[in-house]
Amino acid sequence: MASSLLLPPRHYLNDGYGIKSWLLTRDHKRIALLYLAAVTFFFFVGGAMAVVIRLELATPVGDLVSDETYNKLFTMHGVMMVFFFLIPAIPSVLGNFLVPIMIGAKDLAFPKLNLASWYIYIVGGLFTLYALVTGGVDTGWTFYTPFSTVSSTTNVIPTALGIFITGFSSILTGLNFIVTIHRMRAPGMTWFRMPLFLWSTYATSLINVLGTPVIAITVLLVAAERVFHFGFFDPKVGGDPVLFQHLFWFYSHPAVYIMVLPAMGVISELVAAFCRKQVYGYSFVAFASIAIAVLGFLVWGHHMFVAGESVYAAMVFSILSFLVAVPSAVKVFNWTATMYKGAISWQTPMLYAIGFIGLFTIGGLTGLFLAAIGVDVHVTDTYFIVAHFHYIMVGGTIMGYLGGLHYWWPKISGRLYNEWLAKIAAAIIFVGFNLTFFPQFIVGYLGMPRRYHAYPPEFQLLNVLSSAGASILGVGYLIPMVYLMWSLRYGRVAGSNPFGASGLEWTTTSPPPTENFSEIPTVTEDAYTYPVRVEGHVA
Amino acid sequence: MSPDPAAHHHPALAHHFADLEQQKEAAALGMWLFLVTEVLFFGGLFTVYSVYRSWYPEAFAAASHEMVVWAGTTNTVVLITSSLTMALAVRAAQVGERRVVMWFLAATMLLGLAFLGIKAFEYYTEFAEHHVPGPGFAFEPAYARHAQIFFSLYFVMTGLHALHMLIGLGLMAVMFHWVWRGTITREYSSPIEISGLYWHFVDIVWIFLFPLLYLIGRHAH
Amino acid sequence: MWSGTPLFPQQASTMAARVDNLYFFLLAVSVFFSLLIAGLIVFYAVRYRRRSPHAIGTNIHGGLWLEVTWSIIPLLISMVIFVWGASVFFAMSSPPEETLNIYVVGKQWMWKFQHLDGQREINELHVPVGRSVKLIMTSEDVIHDVFVPAFRVKADVLPGRYTHLWFQATTPGRYHLFCAEYCGTRHSGMTGEVVVMEPTEYQAWLSGGSGEGSLASAGEKLFQDLACNTCHRPDAQGRGPVLQGLFGKTQVLLSGESVVVDEAYVRESILNPGARITAGFQPIMPAFQGLVSEEQLLQLIEYVKSLQTQPQGLSK
Repeated sequence: MASSLLLPPRHYLNDGYGIKSWLLTRDHKRIALLYLAAVTFFFFVGGAMAVVIRLELATPVGDLVSDETYNKLFTMHGVMMVFFFLIPAIPSVLGNFLVPIMIGAKDLAFPKLNLASWYIYIVGGLFTLYALVTGGVDTGWTFYTPFSTVSSTTNVIPTALGIFITGFSSILTGLNFIVTIHRMRAPGMTWFRMPLFLWSTYATSLINVLGTPVIAITVLLVAAERVFHFGFFDPKVGGDPVLFQHLFWFYSHPAVYIMVLPAMGVISELVAAFCRKQVYGYSFVAFASIAIAVLGFLVWGHHMFVAGESVYAAMVFSILSFLVAVPSAVKVFNWTATMYKGAISWQTPMLYAIGFIGLFTIGGLTGLFLAAIGVDVHVTDTYFIVAHFHYIMVGGTIMGYLGGLHYWWPKISGRLYNEWLAKIAAAIIFVGFNLTFFPQFIVGYLGMPRRYHAYPPEFQLLNVLSSAGASILGVGYLIPMVYLMWSLRYGRVAGSNPFGASGLEWTTTSPPPTENFSEIPTVTEDAYTYPVRVEGHVA
Repeated sequence: MSPDPAAHHHPALAHHFADLEQQKEAAALGMWLFLVTEVLFFGGLFTVYSVYRSWYPEAFAAASHEMVVWAGTTNTVVLITSSLTMALAVRAAQVGERRVVMWFLAATMLLGLAFLGIKAFEYYTEFAEHHVPGPGFAFEPAYARHAQIFFSLYFVMTGLHALHMLIGLGLMAVMFHWVWRGTITREYSSPIEISGLYWHFVDIVWIFLFPLLYLIGRHAH
Repeated sequence: MWSGTPLFPQQASTMAARVDNLYFFLLAVSVFFSLLIAGLIVFYAVRYRRRSPHAIGTNIHGGLWLEVTWSIIPLLISMVIFVWGASVFFAMSSPPEETLNIYVVGKQWMWKFQHLDGQREINELHVPVGRSVKLIMTSEDVIHDVFVPAFRVKADVLPGRYTHLWFQATTPGRYHLFCAEYCGTRHSGMTGEVVVMEPTEYQAWLSGGSGEGSLASAGEKLFQDLACNTCHRPDAQGRGPVLQGLFGKTQVLLSGESVVVDEAYVRESILNPGARITAGFQPIMPAFQGLVSEEQLLQLIEYVKSLQTQPQGLSK
């Protein structure tokens, strides 16, 4: 039984203890943990700002912080969460840890580049933190011109540089994953035997590689306009501020898929593992990831329905946006169908998976409201949008991230967390999340604009509900911090396969050795084949 | 994968690859992907350029007419020649001619430096003629506003290109050192090959920049 | 404090009900699918819960027909929504022929409205009920956005160009007007009210104005102050094109292209005349970029427009 299990004598965590063995490591698993520490830090910085924002909005008048501070808070909240948490979280933490193990490789194709990516991310993050502590920035995370280039008097340049630099971290990580998946698969690991997490990571990496350079050049142009008074988007020299929006959203809409596709991959893994059966319609789910990545590049104009783009352009972007809904719906239906006749465990990761499917369904369906131009005109730039993308980003991405973190935690740390506390935390997060964001749909349709420091008093009740929910959500996020840290030292030893799950990562020890496998495995079966034929402890 | 036991023990083989062939393929794919990101990076600039040129064709033609065409033409020739010497360096590396590789790499670097020198001279000229956008900008009044957009694009596009040239020169210097030190051999020439890919890419960007920036005003005046 | 919390916005324009109908349809679709998915997940989670630690699920690989079905159904539903949404949007972006035009200038952080009869207001817009109103909008600085939730209309207000928004109010009352595009420090203070009045009250309100004279007459005065009239003469003898009857026509340019004379073209021709010169004229007009304000530009445009109906506009 569990108590008799011991950690393996040699594993990646005890392969050197000094600070240098971490900061100069080329082991993808240690780099994943470096990212884990960094993204967690940025998550709590961004989260702290959200707390102040919600406290301010508990009353209709601007009383807690000044309008200037409020604007900086939501800007930095967006920048921190989008660029330093949501985009890197799943790929850089779970992806880094799992991609080589899942394909049966010893490491990513370019381990030094992988470490360099982490340092690039950190340098970008330091620039942004510098911008924050020296006064902040108030342009909104969208940096719309001409406000960002000629009007704002805050730290636009360091923030833009931070985003520019961090972009290279995404590009290089994406490049590393693509090359690894193409060139490093173990014997017998064909494309259609790969776990679906790898398909979604691959699709995400494609977007990173193709989209991120465009945001890089765009923020560079903004910086050049601001510093050297060059003219690109400034109407005073005949420039077009809407062109900036096109360039910005050409990346930033696909970036939404960068954030949510990896979570979808995690959910496929969780549903399969906790139903102990193959994902229903494997190839449809796999190709849906690719379809979302490709279509995601063709819909950016739906952010500009009221920004002065032509009626016909709006219609084209609208119809393309509806097309993206189809592969997303296909995924939801397939996950649901996978549960049919499964052997469904209610362990914590599955609770997150169930939460994800429900919340992502709501987030996705409210996306239809925004793709329908006639309704979008009314709800765009209101709290309806805020609610919608938080359902996707928080209800989707963070649920997927936490689910994945719990599922692979025994593999990462070699130890089990407290299942009861974990279940309670998952429930608190689910309730807190809905209480925070559901009222925002209503207040948004009523017409409350986003990015408002003060608002008409009739919106107060809904805002108070939202703020109350946020406090519950905040507590919910702190609990896993505590019991996961605690488990590192005091948790029961997990054994190599505590969930009785299928997948190469469960065939090696927990934690895995530095070279991942004692010998490179040969794959003979499809993904998610049950019963698992590998020895090991089953919880 | 090839079971050649010699390859397994090659000093350049990283521990996580099965053999040199896999390592080389991974490196080449990585560089091609990186070049794809570069295409999109410059692609954003070309998009901005296309939009404004189609809106303000006269101003762009007038501004382009102010370019130092002989310098741009010379630079085009210089870069195409450097691509040739680069290709010859790669070829020499593949057949293991160590000294020849070093000569061609040196020639490539020299041509690259010549390019940057001529570019610096051009920037100086434009600075002297008040063609740098911003408060000090001066141009024919009828086109002054939109010509600023042209010159803004000119400086950013050629500036980023020059930055890529600098990075290329650094890469060449490392390659030169590696050849000199003996790291690069006939069996292990892929670093030079993928550096060559990068160098050719930077040249190709210039092949687009040259007509778009220097030659559009020619027929109109 | 808690009483008077609405859960649904007022409907106060002809567009409101159209938007809401589509909204309710979307709501119905969403509720149906959310309940379907949530119901199935919860049902399966209970029905197929793991009963022994080593149990495994029944392997089902998938079925092509089921996949096709649940791809096609969402596709069809979304196409219905697309056509519906596009038709609502088309109506929103096609103002009727006869509209009451009002000029809007946004600046950090206030709204300035100019009525054709000369009334000016700040952060408050008076309009009559039952008439189609078209706002012609521009910004002095950064991007703003006019949003009237009760009318379900919204449009960005951009510097350097004119955007339009139209509505027809159906119910007298006072309605929120918000700036919906983030524009800096006091963005949330850039709000106001639309006051919808009965036509008779509106007339009374109009005539109670400041008596500054109409927008066009202010433009005419400016036209003379800036000495535009020395070149743009009504008798075709001037060095600039005749402006009488010009607005709305198609003009042939020096480059051989042609352009419809609209607000944007008149604006550009004042600020940066060299950009698009009328065929047969020299590029001699000085640029007024930085010399006239957005409001003065609107007066000049309105004056040029007024030359349509009264060709003798100059001889007053």
